[in-house]
Amino acid sequence: MDNKNSKTLLKASGLTKKFGSFVANDSINIEIKKGEIHALLGENGAGKSTLVKMFYGLLDPDEGNIKFNNKIVNLLNPKFARTMGIGMVFQHFSLFPALSVSENILISLDEKLTKKQLEKSIINTSKKWGLKVSPSKKVAELSVGEQQRVEIVRCLLQKPKLLIMDEPTSVLSPQEIVNLFKVLKNLSKSGCSILYISHKLHEIKEIASKVTILKSAKVVDTMETKNVSTNILAEKMVGKKIIRLKGKKNLKKLSSNLALSVNNLYRFKRNQFGVTLNNINFTIDYGQVLGIAGIAGNGQVELMEALSGETLGKKEEIIFENKSIGNSKIEFRRQLGIEFVPEERNNHATVPDLKLHENTFLTFFGYHIFNKSFFNKMFTNPTLSIQASKQIEKKNDVRCPYDNPLAKQLSGGNLQKFIIGRAFQANPKLVIISQPTWGVDIGAANIIRQKILNLASMGKAIILISQDLDEIFELSDSIGVISNGNLSKIKNKKNMTPTQVGLLMGVS
Amino acid sequence: MLIFTPRTIQSNHWVLIGPLISIILTIMIGALIFKMLNYPVTESLYQVFISPFSRVDRIADILVKACPLIIIGIGLIFCFRANIWNIGAEGQFIIGTLCAGSFALLFPENNNHILLLSMFLVGFLGGALWASIPAILKIKLNVNEILVSLMLVYVAMLFIDFIVRGPLRDPMSFGFPLSKPYPDGAIISKINFPGIGYLGQLHYGIISILFLAPFSWFLINRTLPGFQIKVFGSAPKASSFAGFNKNKITLGVLIMSGGMAGLAGVIEVSANMGQLQPEVSFGYGFTAIIVAFLGRLNPYGVIIAGLVIATAKLGADNAQMILGIPKVVTGIFEGILLFFLLAGETIQNYKVSLKRNS
Repeated sequence: MDNKNSKTLLKASGLTKKFGSFVANDSINIEIKKGEIHALLGENGAGKSTLVKMFYGLLDPDEGNIKFNNKIVNLLNPKFARTMGIGMVFQHFSLFPALSVSENILISLDEKLTKKQLEKSIINTSKKWGLKVSPSKKVAELSVGEQQRVEIVRCLLQKPKLLIMDEPTSVLSPQEIVNLFKVLKNLSKSGCSILYISHKLHEIKEIASKVTILKSAKVVDTMETKNVSTNILAEKMVGKKIIRLKGKKNLKKLSSNLALSVNNLYRFKRNQFGVTLNNINFTIDYGQVLGIAGIAGNGQVELMEALSGETLGKKEEIIFENKSIGNSKIEFRRQLGIEFVPEERNNHATVPDLKLHENTFLTFFGYHIFNKSFFNKMFTNPTLSIQASKQIEKKNDVRCPYDNPLAKQLSGGNLQKFIIGRAFQANPKLVIISQPTWGVDIGAANIIRQKILNLASMGKAIILISQDLDEIFELSDSIGVISNGNLSKIKNKKNMTPTQVGLLMGVS
Repeated sequence: MLIFTPRTIQSNHWVLIGPLISIILTIMIGALIFKMLNYPVTESLYQVFISPFSRVDRIADILVKACPLIIIGIGLIFCFRANIWNIGAEGQFIIGTLCAGSFALLFPENNNHILLLSMFLVGFLGGALWASIPAILKIKLNVNEILVSLMLVYVAMLFIDFIVRGPLRDPMSFGFPLSKPYPDGAIISKINFPGIGYLGQLHYGIISILFLAPFSWFLINRTLPGFQIKVFGSAPKASSFAGFNKNKITLGVLIMSGGMAGLAGVIEVSANMGQLQPEVSFGYGFTAIIVAFLGRLNPYGVIIAGLVIATAKLGADNAQMILGIPKVVTGIFEGILLFFLLAGETIQNYKVSLKRNS
């Protein structure tokens, strides 16, 4: 029996979930007390999402049971879970951009209210918890942080006893995170339990009282956060010691070191949900890593496309080694020695249904491993691209399930190592990388970050677009912040603090 | 409840067993239908599925019937692989035929087969031209190619009807809407096997498949344009990341498939009709869509699929003649077969298991 005075709200025993032969959760035991903030820690693919999806009625456990308020419950579907008092805020929001905030909430609400009643209760709830939302605004006009608040308000309207939050801070600025944590703490004081999913260790120490660590579908440990250091948490999560990155050597500053300059770059948004790039200016020298921070959806995708040549503009907007390339296509830019690693691994950087050697050929064709005679331009040469892809695999520790697999058969981390390896294999002078470690496990992320530093040490220029502030500060020499299509002045890292960067992200 | 779990590793034996089971199931359902309609079951099945193979000349007729289906189907592979939906092969077939036929009639006394070769070219260009209309509209104005290509089928049908009844009508045709007969140089002759003679309607046009299939396979699997088509079809963003020009790909695949449909029309008419008439195609362009998919968008697969569908069509003809079974049963068989083949594909990609709901 439990001899503490706080009562158990949710208790899962022996929960197992399989997808075919793949075990996503292996007899998980977890207990959440009333009013407790309980963190769920684990790498990507450790089984966190599967577990909470079972709590929210989205998945059916194969074995084991869930007790809610001491009764075994069969959570048939999310609607049933909501009536039980379980709410969830997803990492990817489920809001309709074209509808207003109150309309969005109305659709998902189980009880029927008139619009007036609803708006009143939205305003009441948002005031009570300090979650600023305006019911009449369209979701498309809201920042990511505001959208998250809408999602939270939507959950709170149902007066939940348990609120599940899936990686809530991955899209927030530091200031927004502070606010969110205040709200969560107040909620827990009022008796609502919170299951907080994250892989960010310091956050968990800060907000949660208890943490359950998952690794490869199993519970590794459940512990009080007070008594444990972030290092120990990390080691339990990864299952081995974390190796620290070796810093990069700084090159001597030469006078003609300039690699790329971008001058008054302008791109009108492609559609109503896109971002207009406004007057972007920056330069980057060889041997430098330029970090571009910012919350997702503030123009990073558009900036990447403009820099890569997937969208074209005026000639003088982009100058690489004295050549104006603002209107040259991506293949021409590659020829000059610029390589790109876009944010989306599947369907953009690679074709999931093609083999690795074909995916190598995708960016290598005609330029690096093939010379440009007509014959070589017309015909694919599998032998050469197989050789090249083997080299990439070997140099970058890409682990394949078998020889020359389809891209979709690699894990996220291995695929990313392959993509980055492919860019580096071309021996580029400048590499533009977007979100290199997003959704990648810590081991692979560390390898990738080390590669980036090594490349800069060799005198290459690297533009790193990332929403991970830790990563930006760890790797960059200078930092700029993109917000709503505007890029801040680039400053040396030494003159920047995370708080300043957060302010530049410019979201209230 | 049925549970579908994606297979992590493709099951190889299902690729072979799947179609086989589909055919067996189709035959079983066919038997059931005949039973319900009170036709003699064994006799009907024999007529539909076996009798087309019962004599050498009948087997030859399968080849003849399959020829246009296969050629159009091979052309459609290019479009469908690029995710461009050309539904108008029927119209491209007609226009190709019309162009080549009009060209042939310009040289009434010609008996040199150079004329036939140039007709292939003209027919290919005609079909390609017809198919480039949806391509250009899609590229310039983002118009849906499915609608345009389909609607142009009806334009083509009415156009050849007008031409054959009007400008190109043979004054000697006693009022029938027929053109003058093609000159000798424009005719594809039947194959005269030494010692055996003619086998059904088997003609030299069939040989073109022996060139077109390997050529297309090579184009798709070993050349840069083929690679571009594959990438563009399965991941358009990756294709622009690689630097492929999507307009060129769209135009290219439509020209390729329109041209092949036109070529199929030239061969069909030069071998079997020898003159233009209002009806030159009997839905070949539409049936070829099924053939392309049954053949899994692989040129060699399309050959097999074309033969299977042609067999079913001839079998239904036999069944109608001998047992009075309506010819539309072919339609039913095609449908059932397609259904089972698609179901088989699901089994290839997913593991299906039964789960009782608690």
